[in-house]
This record gives sequence, C-alpha cells and structure tokens, in this order.
Amino acid sequence: MKDKIYILKDVIKNYGDKTACHLSYLEIYRGEVLGIIGPSGSGKSTLLRLLNFLERQTYGSIIFDGNTFDGKSHVPLTIRRRMTMVFQNPMLLKTSILNNVAYGLKLRNMKYPKSEAATLLRRLGMESLVSADASNISYGEAQRVALARALVLRPDVLLLDEPTANLDPYNVGVTEDLILRAKEESGATIVVVTHNVFQARRLCDRMVFLLDGKEVEVGPTEELFTHAKDPRTIAFIGGDMVY
Amino acid sequence: MDELASGIWQAVKLIGTLDPEVRSIALFSLQVSGLALLLAAITGIPYGIWLAFSRFPGRKILIGFTYAGMAFPTVVVGLIVFLLLSHNGPLGFLGWLFTPFGIIAAQFLIGFPVVASLTMAAILGLNPEMRLQLQSLGATRVQISITLLREAKVAMIVAMAAAFGRVVTEVGAVIIVGGNIAGSTRVLTTAIVLETRKGDFDSAIALGVILLMISFSINLIATRLQGKALAR
Repeated sequence: MKDKIYILKDVIKNYGDKTACHLSYLEIYRGEVLGIIGPSGSGKSTLLRLLNFLERQTYGSIIFDGNTFDGKSHVPLTIRRRMTMVFQNPMLLKTSILNNVAYGLKLRNMKYPKSEAATLLRRLGMESLVSADASNISYGEAQRVALARALVLRPDVLLLDEPTANLDPYNVGVTEDLILRAKEESGATIVVVTHNVFQARRLCDRMVFLLDGKEVEVGPTEELFTHAKDPRTIAFIGGDMVY
Repeated sequence: MDELASGIWQAVKLIGTLDPEVRSIALFSLQVSGLALLLAAITGIPYGIWLAFSRFPGRKILIGFTYAGMAFPTVVVGLIVFLLLSHNGPLGFLGWLFTPFGIIAAQFLIGFPVVASLTMAAILGLNPEMRLQLQSLGATRVQISITLLREAKVAMIVAMAAAFGRVVTEVGAVIIVGGNIAGSTRVLTTAIVLETRKGDFDSAIALGVILLMISFSINLIATRLQGKALAR
C-alpha cells in the first residue's frame, strides 16, 4: 500500500457562482511526480493553489500527511512551510539572485542562508548567476532561479505551475533536468501542472487529466498514454481539442 | 525686491551666526514634525497595508475617507483637535492644548492619511501575485508586509517625504492648537506668520528660507534613498 501525502475528498472551489474545481477523490503518493494535465481553464492551477493552501476550498477536505483541513480550518505555518510552489510567471525580488534564493531560508531563520543558496546555485550549474542582479537576467534564468529558490528549502512537496511555459527548447531541457534531479536527490513529492502531455510523459509517474475542473481519469503515465479508458483522455493525449 | 533681497541676506546672517532663537524654532519644528511623522508612519503604514490586503463590506468607503483625509483642510483638523483637547472637550484631561503634544496630535492627524493612502497605493501597485509567491515560500503576514514594503521602496520614500512636507509646512492647525507661544509652541510656520504681521519681513523671509532648506533637504535625502531606481 502506497504512502499517501495528500487525500482530497469532495473538494469544490467556487469563485462566485462559477465552479473552478470539483474533485470527488484524489490521492497523491509520497515521493511521486504527479502530472496535472488538461486544457486551459480546466482548473489545473486552482488545484495546485489548493494543494499549497494559498486558496481554500469552498467545500470538502484536504488531508495532508494525516492532518485534515476543511476550507475554514487554520493551516499551521509548520505545515505551510513543508510545501512550496514555483509559479508560471516567477517574480523575483528587486535584489541579487543570491538574496532571492536565500529568501525562504531567511524567513525560517536558518543559519548561513546565503552560503546555502550559493552552494545550491553552483550545484545546479548556475554559478554565473550567483553575483547577478535579478533585474538583469533572462526569463529562462528567472524560471530556473525560482526553481532554485524553492529547492533550497528542501520541501516535502514541490508544486510546479507550468514550469517551462514560454521557455525555449534549451531552457525546457535544463528545467526538466532540474526537476528530475530534485526528485532523485530530495525524494520530494512533485506535482507539476502542464498542458504539454509529452513533458508529462517525460517527468511524471502518474497523471491526472482534468476537464472543467473535474478529474476525468487518473493513472500511471504510461497506462494513460497507452490504455486510457475515457475517450476524452485519449483525445487530449492524442492532441485533439477537448471540451 | 529690496525686501526680498534684504530678507535673504538676513537669512544668511541668521543661519551663519546660528542665531539662538532661530535655531531653537527650527529644531523645535523638526522635532514635533519628526515625531508626528514617526507616529503617522507607525500607524499609517500597517493601516495602509491592511487596507490594501483586506476585503470587507465598506472597504471602498473607508478607502475613500482615507484618500479624502489627504485633502482635508488643515485648519479644520486644527479646529477638531482644539475642540477635543479644550478644557471641556473629551480629551481635555490630557492638558495638551497649547503644548507641543497638541501640535504633534494635529500634525499626526494631517500626516496619517498621506502615509496610509500612499502606502496602500504603493502596495496595490505591486503585482498581486507577488504576495501569493511570498506566501508560498513560507512567509508570514508580517514577513510578506515587510518584503512588499521593501519592493515598493521608492513609492514608500515618496510617501514619507510627502507626509513630512505636509506636516512641516502646516500652519493653520498649529496656530489653533499650539497658540504660537514663544519658547513653547512656536514653530517655523507660525513664527513666519507672526513676523509678517509685525512687519519684520527680514526675519519672516529668513525663517521662510530655513523652512525651504528643510523641505529641500528632506527631498534630497529622499531622492538619494531612491538610489538606483531613479537611474533606470
């Protein structure tokens, strides 16, 4: 029996009278890479924000590592700090790259945050950025810095929202390598939102296909690619428009 | 023109010789306005952040009132503070009327809406997703607020400079609440009014020049603090 880090039960997220996400049941296993795929507006990013407790569900419960949270219950800082998210459009602080990567460590009053940040940047092959200023780097570099800023915290859960959107093929490859290295080295649970099914195939152990905020199909990546049961999953993976 | 030139020359002499009375009035002005600004910052910055972040019914009305406070006639502020602090007023027991505390209270009420409104505008001017990204990195509310204030550094410096400019150059409220008592509640602006009424234009211009120098110095410091951002 696999160890579950998240269980989502009847989770509904409404914005006014519009339902952005409605999941009847979803399990996320510790240490896996779970891909959330689906067309634009299918609720992928909303689900990621719910998992990060950045937004709270209107109904239902999210069980994180044995702790149950409904939409109104307080999420302790110790729980929130076990997970972090890399956004589609990472925003770096107006300071050096080193300070940006060390930021989360400083929040946690860790010793030698800059030294740890510099070590990680070098280990990830970003030594040229150590002394750079955040205002002078490219979008692709900013995306990698945002990933480093998250990895340096050694989170139990790493949430990635379209981590390679708007990147050129070279930077896509570099970023995917970083994600796979993070999985191997830290054993973190990684949830990655993407609408690139081929990227999901390269990165993910399992996938969940969302449509209109609901889970259509969940399963091991290769199984969904070769033996998907739902015709909408087959169509989406096959590159067809799905509504 | 002769009066103006003579006044400026007089100012140079008064400043150059460190005239004790002028020095004491200038220092007193800086002290009361500085304290009023400090109090406005301590309360106005958190209030501005709260207004920017919170969502509740009536928020827009409260924001409207706060903005309106920036344009509130200072004489009316003085009148309100006078009535509050007067012997029969609800705060009369404090005994602050015609004391520096009364002036600080009036200047605080004038500076507070400037600090609060410009803080809120500075925070709202940042990308709203920045807050979520900081939260996701494990920041508490206080840590998020401090980080956002740093990100909005340039706007915050402008807010402080604007608030200080408004309180240090204020005259109506200070005269009503302070009474312009020599050696006790006389500040640069009220001293200028007095010297003008007496017909001592040299001294009035001299004090005016000092007031201008204070305003320019504060803004020069603010410009310097904005640093690299102005070079972009």
